[in-house]
Amino acid sequence: MKRETIIWSVILIAAVVWVVGRAAFTEKGMGKAYVHAVQINPDDPNPDHRWMQYEDALPRDYARAQAANPDQTEYRLSLQRTIGIWVAALFTLFIFSFLYKDNPFYKIAEGVVVGVSAAYWMVVGFQTTIIPNLFGKLSPGWIKSWAMPGLEGRQEIVYIFPLILGIMLLWRLSPKGGWISRWPLAFIIGTTAGIRLLGFLHADFLSQIRNTVVTVFALDSHGAFDFWPSLRMLVVVVGVLCGLVYFFFSIEHKGFVGKTAHVGIWFLMITFGAAFGYTVMGRIALLAIRLEFLMDDWLWLIDPTLKRHGLG
Amino acid sequence: MKRNIPLLITFLGGFVLIIAYFIPATQGWGETAAIWFDILAAIAFILGGGNLLRIHLKKVSDRKQGWAYSAITVAAFLLTLIVGVLKVGVHPSPDFPDVAWSGNYREIGSAFWWLYEYAFKPLTATMFAMLAFYIASAAFRAFRAKNFEAILLLGTAFIILLGRTFAGVFLTSWIPDSLSALRIENMTIYIMSVFNTAGNRAIMIGIALGVASTSLKVLLGVDRSYLGSGED
Amino acid sequence: MYEFLKNLDKRWIFLLMFLAVAVPIYYIGKTGKTFPEVPTVLSENVFNEIENLHEGDPVLLSFDFDPASEGELGPMATAFTLHCCKKKLKMYYMALWPVGPQMIDNVIQKVIRSDFPDMVYGRDYCNLGFKPGNEGVIKVIVTDLRELYTTDDAGTAIDAVPMMKGIHSVRDFDLVINVSAGYPGTKEWVQYAVTPYPDQIRLVAGCTGVQAPLLYPYIPEQLPGLLGAIKGAAEYEKLVVDKYGGPHPDPKYLEALRRMGPQLVAHLLIILFIVIANLIYFTERRREVHS
Repeated sequence: MKRETIIWSVILIAAVVWVVGRAAFTEKGMGKAYVHAVQINPDDPNPDHRWMQYEDALPRDYARAQAANPDQTEYRLSLQRTIGIWVAALFTLFIFSFLYKDNPFYKIAEGVVVGVSAAYWMVVGFQTTIIPNLFGKLSPGWIKSWAMPGLEGRQEIVYIFPLILGIMLLWRLSPKGGWISRWPLAFIIGTTAGIRLLGFLHADFLSQIRNTVVTVFALDSHGAFDFWPSLRMLVVVVGVLCGLVYFFFSIEHKGFVGKTAHVGIWFLMITFGAAFGYTVMGRIALLAIRLEFLMDDWLWLIDPTLKRHGLG
Repeated sequence: MKRNIPLLITFLGGFVLIIAYFIPATQGWGETAAIWFDILAAIAFILGGGNLLRIHLKKVSDRKQGWAYSAITVAAFLLTLIVGVLKVGVHPSPDFPDVAWSGNYREIGSAFWWLYEYAFKPLTATMFAMLAFYIASAAFRAFRAKNFEAILLLGTAFIILLGRTFAGVFLTSWIPDSLSALRIENMTIYIMSVFNTAGNRAIMIGIALGVASTSLKVLLGVDRSYLGSGED
Repeated sequence: MYEFLKNLDKRWIFLLMFLAVAVPIYYIGKTGKTFPEVPTVLSENVFNEIENLHEGDPVLLSFDFDPASEGELGPMATAFTLHCCKKKLKMYYMALWPVGPQMIDNVIQKVIRSDFPDMVYGRDYCNLGFKPGNEGVIKVIVTDLRELYTTDDAGTAIDAVPMMKGIHSVRDFDLVINVSAGYPGTKEWVQYAVTPYPDQIRLVAGCTGVQAPLLYPYIPEQLPGLLGAIKGAAEYEKLVVDKYGGPHPDPKYLEALRRMGPQLVAHLLIILFIVIANLIYFTERRREVHS
């Protein structure tokens, strides 16, 4: 057996023993989820109209309820959500395992995330738009009868057009007749181009020029010339102009134009340095929340929000 | 017909929105076009899911390398789709207890919610969390102060990285108030509000012109790449 | 040492980054200690925009993010909701991202139902949910919100939601608060809502670190205030908690402040990596010149 395999096997076995020991043989345990049972429609005489809803509860709420009455059932351990926390933790570790090297666990997790994400988006699109905004407009009575009893509004037959375009769009999946999907695609492309043309021109072109064309003679509250704000505005104006000269490739970057473009490059380098700094900041926070989940919600090593205060 | 009508649709779809922007009386047409666009966007999700299913089913049926992982993808996809569309485990709305499917598809405790909370959320969040490691590796391998421009970039990055944490405050807290502009946290603010604003504004203006030009080319039929190769 | 660093396996870098984040999280989780925060102008602008509103003013909160960016934006969403609840504003939630409604559910559960149980859905807050279409959604709702949002997220007819009375478009809100992870997000809100209607729509936003530098050109004319990355979230949390948190604020409202600890250590580590890498580079160049 390779030395690397032996070392990893020892580490993994030790980790599993520690986790299982902590979960099963310590008083408090770890990775458990609790729920608060709420009766829905308690006063309804029809038993089919009454059911229990289980809301998330903090372990400390369970501890308090148990301390007050050990026979209470309002707060209880949830097997479904406890299994969920362990599944989430395992998926997290599977993804992190890729950092060492590619392996089947990572590939399994990758397959699951691709499948679940695609279906999630489909379900959301179906439930939030196709049901209320398409079928709900074409046949509000039918939708009201089985899906959205709160829906109001009259039939609008003009929505047959987006329905037809939508069916044409789905024709893209067919091995033959793929050209049929060009009509709805053309509509999507055309409306996107129309929306963006004006949005970008107004907000990113005209407004930005207006925001740049500001006075470089700033005045303080007494009406006197204020040097530092004026210098800042001047640097912004110079920076924008030099940056624009750099991006103007129709004139060769020689002589005065070349020097101006060079100054533009310096401004852009500072911009990119700032972008890098902020990007690093963004990525670290994403890692932090995953490690917080592992240490707090799964391993119960820390409890910064006092969720388990009084438990065990 | 196969190419001319789509070109006409593109032109009409775009210009309805442009005209609606300038002529308030036609605003209703623009709203209608935008609503139809939103509905087609929802149907595009179905197209995306269907395409994914097609590709992975083909991989499974052809027994290509890694087909078992495609089978896992298909299984996860179908499971999520079925529980989400059929609202498995979702109770009716308390106001309409006789309408079985009146409940919220995202109800806490339902199967769809479980898949989101304990599969989708940890997986997507961890995928993005991996970027922290890659950015560290990239910082070690790629960032070299080879010339003045690179030094500018790295110097700015150092100021931002220090200035946006307590480290920057701690390192330059000794600087007197009269020279407070030299404190790292203040330098960060000036870099962002002056140099970064100027640089990004130039980029933004350039991009806006590019988008305007591309949009006009598409609307006027000069750019037809979205129609495909034209073989069918 | 030089050879070891020059050929360093990237997995050692990964391990160091893991420790740089995990150890501070453990320490802060055990001790509760956080670094002090001094809010900057942009965070104060965001705070003041909400602070200057009055009880009952309608605000639209658009949560355009997903779990992948919850580390940075979750604390912002929580702090915004807490601030709006304390100010007794009427909160209207919506999302441009498909997973946005889950983020809304989380915040409603964590803040409103937990700490403000007297708030009634439909009277004090409501959830309009998600609609696909990206900027197309904004384009519609700036003129006619009810044409697209025929029901709220739970399926109740929009006319049956009491607080929707008088709300016909985004222009009827006194403030739009956007929490944005990318596209569609703050940029689209500026382009398609604020810029066409500068006198009728005011926008403040919280965004990821990747997006923040790109939004600075909009400040302050189109975007009076911006919370950039976890630092912006921490500054805003400090402002809200100092004003409304009391002497012993609930630690769930200090999430971003806690996360600044690992942030600092990781930043120092990145700087160290860059410095070491450049030392290796210059050493290598000098050796090449001598040889």
